[in-house]
Amino acid sequence: MKIAGKKLFVKALKAEGVDTIFAYPGGVITDLLDELGKDGSIRIVLPRHEQALVHAAEGYARATGKPAVCLVTSGPGATNTITGLADAFLDSVPLVLFSGQVATGLVGNDAFQEVDMVGLCRNITKYATMVTNRDDLGRLIKEAFYIASTGKPGPVVLDLPKNIQTAEGDPDYPETVNIRGYKPPEGVHIGQLKKAWKVLKNAKRPLILAGGGVNISGAQEELTTFAEKTGVPVVTTVMGRGAIPTVHPLFIGDAGLHGSYACNQAIAACDVLFSIGTRFNDRITGDLNEFAPNAQIVHIDIDSASISRNVVVDVPIVADAKVALEKLNEWATHLDLMDWARMIEKWNSKYPMSMPKDVGLTPQAIVEGINDIFNDDEIIYTTDVGQHQMWATQFLSLDEKKQLITSGGFGTMGFGFPAAIGAKLAHPEKGVICVSGDGSFQMNMQEMATSVVEHAPVIVCLMNNYNLGMVRQMQDVYYGKRYVATCLKSHEEDIEKGAPVYVPDFMKWAESYGIHHIQVTKREEVIPALEQARKWKDKSTLIEFLIREDELVLPMVRAGKATTDMIL
Amino acid sequence: MEKRWIALYVENQVGVLAKISGLFSGKAYNLTSLTVGTTEDETVSRMTISVDSDDVTFEQIKKQLNRMVEVIKVIDLTDTPIFMKEILYIKIKKMTAADKQEAFHIAQVFDAEVIDIGKDSLIMSSMLTEHRNNELIALCRSEFHNIEVVRGGSVAIESISTSCR
Repeated sequence: MKIAGKKLFVKALKAEGVDTIFAYPGGVITDLLDELGKDGSIRIVLPRHEQALVHAAEGYARATGKPAVCLVTSGPGATNTITGLADAFLDSVPLVLFSGQVATGLVGNDAFQEVDMVGLCRNITKYATMVTNRDDLGRLIKEAFYIASTGKPGPVVLDLPKNIQTAEGDPDYPETVNIRGYKPPEGVHIGQLKKAWKVLKNAKRPLILAGGGVNISGAQEELTTFAEKTGVPVVTTVMGRGAIPTVHPLFIGDAGLHGSYACNQAIAACDVLFSIGTRFNDRITGDLNEFAPNAQIVHIDIDSASISRNVVVDVPIVADAKVALEKLNEWATHLDLMDWARMIEKWNSKYPMSMPKDVGLTPQAIVEGINDIFNDDEIIYTTDVGQHQMWATQFLSLDEKKQLITSGGFGTMGFGFPAAIGAKLAHPEKGVICVSGDGSFQMNMQEMATSVVEHAPVIVCLMNNYNLGMVRQMQDVYYGKRYVATCLKSHEEDIEKGAPVYVPDFMKWAESYGIHHIQVTKREEVIPALEQARKWKDKSTLIEFLIREDELVLPMVRAGKATTDMIL
Repeated sequence: MEKRWIALYVENQVGVLAKISGLFSGKAYNLTSLTVGTTEDETVSRMTISVDSDDVTFEQIKKQLNRMVEVIKVIDLTDTPIFMKEILYIKIKKMTAADKQEAFHIAQVFDAEVIDIGKDSLIMSSMLTEHRNNELIALCRSEFHNIEVVRGGSVAIESISTSCR
């Protein structure tokens, strides 16, 4: 018996265990939505913009580790997802996005709401294709989920022409996949791994560099065990933060552009850099010629194309972080590294990661307040992009009960708030806190409606400095304090005539959504505000922290220089 | 920088050529030749690609190609014994009788063929290596005033016991 494409679509989602779909309607996907509605077993979340829709799905996927599912219409619905897809691609987030498409007979005609979605997605997805034959539908959906979630995860786009959705065809959804051009690595090359262990064992100043790959593969426990068994100190990338608890004595801090002084010194001085799940992004390495100049480099990564790409490595290992670390833990023995530990300690006490304590409502005071108040809770943190993101990644404490979801690769402003809503939908039992800035938050703050309507209460800690702070900081340091297009206040002449200094009034804005809201202007108000927000669980809370516009993210590696060349 | 050759087995589907060529433009790899055709298996196409690159970039190109879902197999032909040929047509116009005689001589020496002829023009066809075709074009350019060149790009196959590239 044949069934319609839309029926197979719903059947496939159920077979994949999908319980939530992020969808925004439009002309060419109403058949699919209708079928989802009739079935009724999959929760449909309706955001307010397709870009935010993808970020919400990213939050959901990163909180669960499972591929999240998106459904958008053709044309503008599809193009609005591009930023989200690119974000998911650079941060290896498993997504399956179904985009509606005009009927196959109209493709290429510049039909209403037609766009070449597959062509647009070519360089920002792991895989994208259009279903042109109804009988391929089941296989292609199966492949989409498989490709998105295996190997190095990433977004997959299936473009579904309207007539394919209604055409009758093969009723079966396949159980197995066989793609001749796609065989994700399984297991690990034991010989190479032994070589890596030998290199580490003989090191005098070894250092583990853990990237986002450790968190994606769920190898936090294995990494911590490996560090403890060997006694090798650990630095993380922004995406790797939390791979080992940040309070752990072996954790030094984050490396790179705004990393700690001790981390960057340690990378420069180490004789073995044991790196796992990082692609040696330019924000980590600085000037490549001076990156880890004294080190033999071991590199474990699931993606062979990440190995010896930016940094030439001595021992390459293509493997999943967890698989490799489990094996390493069988061999790991304690190494005598007292002198090395002392060296690192000296750097740390010389320039600890800290902001001046005496200047009132500092970002550090806010983040440390969050650490104190939510210390015992299970929390998922998200951030937007900018200064607040760096302060959050510098100072947020992370352990087994905490997770950090941030846009590390693509650096997408507007990511944090919808991602927080997605994370909350995935884990209603956990607290979700979005640390944001006034620039980023305004890029997707329409999603407050989604938070309210879908009962996904989150706490937004908004650091408002009335400026686009990160670029302002660059103007401060490199452009003679000429603040071009970074001030978000009203124009001077309008303020003189009585215009408000800043719009929107976030408190009134919050009121219009019926959510909780607190404005914090003094340091002593931080803790009471956070305590209050922790108690409000029924609706979202917006805490607006009015911070100084001249706060800088420090330390900071000078542009294009070695990572040891820092403004402290 | 050095010239290198890759053979690529890919899915014979719409959009795959765009995806492969898009990788080269998107990542600023220096693509110098690309040919494509179906193989004995009609669901599979084979591409022959040449790039100018250094060692590190070339390794990266191979890895990037390999991780594409549509790419079935990447073969590095740079140091492999292969047969490699390129089809070339040269149309020579506004020729004198002496020019024509010269063209036939050149064709004979190069193992090319004259396949069409008019009152003051002719077409030469050659199936030689890219390098040899370059020489033939250079010679025709210096000998004749008005030439039109159409090249097909190289195709290659791994050798059995001898080779020619």
